[in-house]
Formats: sequence, C-alpha cells, structure tokens
Amino acid sequence: MTKTHLVGRADFPLLEANPDLHYLDSAATSQKPQVVLDAMMHYYTHDNANPHRGAYALSARATERYHQARERIAAFVGVRDSSRLIFTRGTTESLNLVAAAWGRANLGAGDEIVITGLEHHANFVPWQQLANERKAALRICRLTADGRIDLDHMASLVGARTKVIAFAHVSNALGTINPVAELCAIARRVGAIAVCDGAQAAPHLPLDIDALDVDFYAFSGHKMLGPMGCGVLVGRRALLEVMSPYQTGGDMIEYVGDDRSTWNVLPHKFEAGTPNVGDAVGLAAACEYLSRVGMSKVREHEQAITAIATGRLCALPDVRVYGPPPADRSGVVSFTVGDIHPHDLATILDEVGVCVRAGHHCAQPLMRRLNVPATARASFYIYNTVADVDALVAGVEHARDVFG
Amino acid sequence: MSTEALYQELILEHNRKPRNFREMTDADRKIEGRNPLCGDSLTLWVKLENDAIADVSFKGQGCAISKASASLMTAAVKGKTRAEAEDLFERFHRLVTGTLPESEHQSLGSLRALGGVSRFPLRVKCASLAWHALHTALGSNETEVSTEREGPESPPLEGA
Repeated sequence: MTKTHLVGRADFPLLEANPDLHYLDSAATSQKPQVVLDAMMHYYTHDNANPHRGAYALSARATERYHQARERIAAFVGVRDSSRLIFTRGTTESLNLVAAAWGRANLGAGDEIVITGLEHHANFVPWQQLANERKAALRICRLTADGRIDLDHMASLVGARTKVIAFAHVSNALGTINPVAELCAIARRVGAIAVCDGAQAAPHLPLDIDALDVDFYAFSGHKMLGPMGCGVLVGRRALLEVMSPYQTGGDMIEYVGDDRSTWNVLPHKFEAGTPNVGDAVGLAAACEYLSRVGMSKVREHEQAITAIATGRLCALPDVRVYGPPPADRSGVVSFTVGDIHPHDLATILDEVGVCVRAGHHCAQPLMRRLNVPATARASFYIYNTVADVDALVAGVEHARDVFG
Repeated sequence: MSTEALYQELILEHNRKPRNFREMTDADRKIEGRNPLCGDSLTLWVKLENDAIADVSFKGQGCAISKASASLMTAAVKGKTRAEAEDLFERFHRLVTGTLPESEHQSLGSLRALGGVSRFPLRVKCASLAWHALHTALGSNETEVSTEREGPESPPLEGA
C-alpha cells in the first residue's frame, strides 16, 4: 500500500504543481486538497454574509453553513453534542482559552498543575504562566528513555492539590502516541481536569472524543487538510457552562446593560466577534475528505511508511532516531545524523526537494531532556509514499558525503 | 540553487576545526548570543586594549554556517580597532544579504567564503549571530544578544 499513494497526489494542487517536491513536514502543516479549497470558494461566492445577524436569506444561509460545519466536524471527531465544540484560531488559542477561562477561576496559591516533558510550547507556556500568576506549582512529568510519558512518575506527581493534568495525545516532536485513557483516569482519581492537546492526533488517528473522557480536547484545522486560522476546543459541557467567557464582544452576549452583561448559550459564549465561517466550512470539507479515505487507513498507511523510513534511516551509519518504535508513534521521525547540525541537513535536503523541519520543534523542554539542541524531523501524511522515503534517505546520504 | 556555494571547503573546515574556540578567563566583555528560532547559541569573549580587539574567542553550539562564521570572524577582527571591526561587520552584513557590490568582495578576505549565504535567506541569521554578539560587546555593557532583536533579516524558521 505504501508503494502507491493512499490518496492521489492530483487531489492536492500544490503537490500536483510540484511533482519533484517531497513534502515531509505535515506535522507543521498539511497540504490542502482541491475539495477544501473549492468548499471555501463556494462559501465566499455563494453563501457569504455575517451569520447570526441579518434578517435576510443570505445571512440565514451563512448561519446554516456555519452550523453544518460544526456538526460535521463534531461527528468526525466523535462529539455527539456539537454545542460543546468551540471554534478557535487553532490549538494554541484553544489551550490558552482553557488556561485563562478555567484556570484563572479555579487555581489558587499552592495548587498544582501537572504537564509532561514532551509538550509543545502551546501546552507548556500557558500553564507555566498560569502557575506563575496564581502562585501555583508547575510539575513536569518525566519521560522514559524512548520518549514516552512515565506513567509511574505521573501517578506519583499528582495529589490532592493537583487541579490540571495537561498532556499531548501525540507528541509533535517524537510522534509518541500517549495513553489518553490512563492519563484521564489518573486525573479523575485526584479530582483534576484532564486537558489534551490533540493537534497531532486529530489529523492522523481515528478519534472518538466522547469516549476519551477528557475534560478539554484541542486541535487545529490546518494540520488535517483544513485552512490555517481555524481550530477547535471541545469541552465538557458542565465546565463550559460555569466558565466565564475568554473574550467578550459581539455574538457572545445575550443582553448588554450599562453596567453588566449576560452571556449567550454554548458554543457562542466562547466565540466573540464575527465567526470564521469560511475556514470552518473548509475544515468541515477536510473532515469529509478524511472520512472518505477512512482514518483507520490513514493510520495504517502512516504506520507502514514510518516503519520503512525508520528502518532505512537507522541502517545508515551515525543516524539516531528518537522516540518509541513505529507501532507506538504517529508518522513522525525525529532524527540526527552524527555531528551534522539539523539546519545544515535540512538545507541540503531542500536542495533535492525534500522538506523537513529542523530545530527544536517548539518543544525546547523536550530537547533539553533529550540532551540535543535540535533534531531533524520528517513527518508523513496520506499523500506521502515510499518514493518520498527514498528521496529522504538519498538526501541524508548526500549530506553525510558533504560533511564527511 | 546548489548547496556547494554555501558549504565551501573553507566553511566545512572551520566547522570541523573552529579557530579561537575556547573560553577566556581575562576577557573584558562576555556576551551570550542566541538565535531563538533555531536554538543556536554562542558565548563570545573579547579582550580590549586601548581601542583595539586584543583577543577574541567563542564557544557554543550551532550549525556549520554559524560556527564557521564565528570562527572566521574571530580570525578577521583580532587586532582591529572597534571602528575597523564595525566597518567589517557592515560590509559582511551586506555580503550575506547580497547587497555588497562584487568589486568590494575582495576587501573581505576569507569572509568571502560566506558569500553563498546570500542565496539562502533563511541562513543569514546563522551567519550573523557571532557578529551581532561582537557588535554588542563593542558597543555597550549588555551581556546578551538575540537575533530576534536585530531587525528583520529573514523570515522566522519555526512553525509547530
């Protein structure tokens, strides 16, 4: 199956226009299929108006498109009650929303927030800042040698003062797939809320958020074939109901008096200002495209290609691959090649049309724990094939020659 | 765009065996230089005598371009006055951003080896990190410099 494309490269205009490009940076952002671009174009050419406002048919249609997009995305990620699915700008904003709107109201001096050593800065810095502001303690869970969350350490870190456990579903830098159910169970045991960063999971794994029993789950549209600037926060209804708004303004109010205001119902309470309908429509189209492909097939394809890439890279002298074995990781391969700095490697790979990420992957705490300043990261998605792995491996061999 | 122009033999050689790659105990200035976008960092030590750079050394971690550039810089500025070093930085900066006329390349000596950087805008910051640190060391009593506070030379490198 990895010999051929899981989906046609022709579905993706950018890939179609650049036949020699080996795009291996989908963990940063994915390419967009024509159907997503078409859906957005259709919205702007046929249905565009400010939703929830106008007493005219076009505005009603825009409202309907927005509502439909929410329903479709909710169904795709396993959320039956779509009113607990809030549109945001992306995972970063979703997590900041939780840290600000839930955190400020529920954390006091001496309380504890537990995160892990493999978090992306988006699920690290908001908690660090919240802890500093509230005089709470930030505890960071250790990792195992192969880059997993050390569950024994996690269990020993939490206690009666733990209010939040925040963790990535899938590590953006290593690809580690974390045991969400077990982490949620640990949170439940001590009465903490479980906050999951799903930015690297929603695009790559079959997802049933209702079944996960998390309190908050965040993801971004642009990593799963959707447009940039549109993401999601799914929250537990009981928590969202009592939380104060994150931002205030239009659309999120019920009644505005001179001295006080009341809030609109969910999900609108957390969506201040004119909603981003066009991008929501694009993300819904992306979910439908992924549904047609089938998320089990996506996972199977990525796992197969990641196993091949890992095997071939590890067979080269001086190559070190970080993280767990392919069965327990998504389509991310983080590696170093001897003394060659990842930036030099990425520049040389770029020359042969291979796009990889080099650097700290917005996970400086993790890089410190791995004791490396940076790694190169190849990340695979549905449009990648073994031909991309061939190009990657040839490029790495070329870099070894240059830096001999 | 060939990487051979970027990774010239002189660059690779200075990357393998950087010159003046050592700590200095009797330095007058010690500056930490960082490129937060890629995590490169270096420490630069400068010893001044009257108005001249009597000694300069560095340590740190970074890509071949940043390491070779720091190494070439230390060799180039030793013995120079502050004004001469600043003038060299100005011309070097124009070299790596592609705005120095060909006729002036000769005046840069071995620093010319970094001319290929001008065709890789993402790497300009790597080449200028050590120079920014030197500039700070010569101009003020600050002890830290970040490429992100030095004006827009290249688009940011990091996404998610």
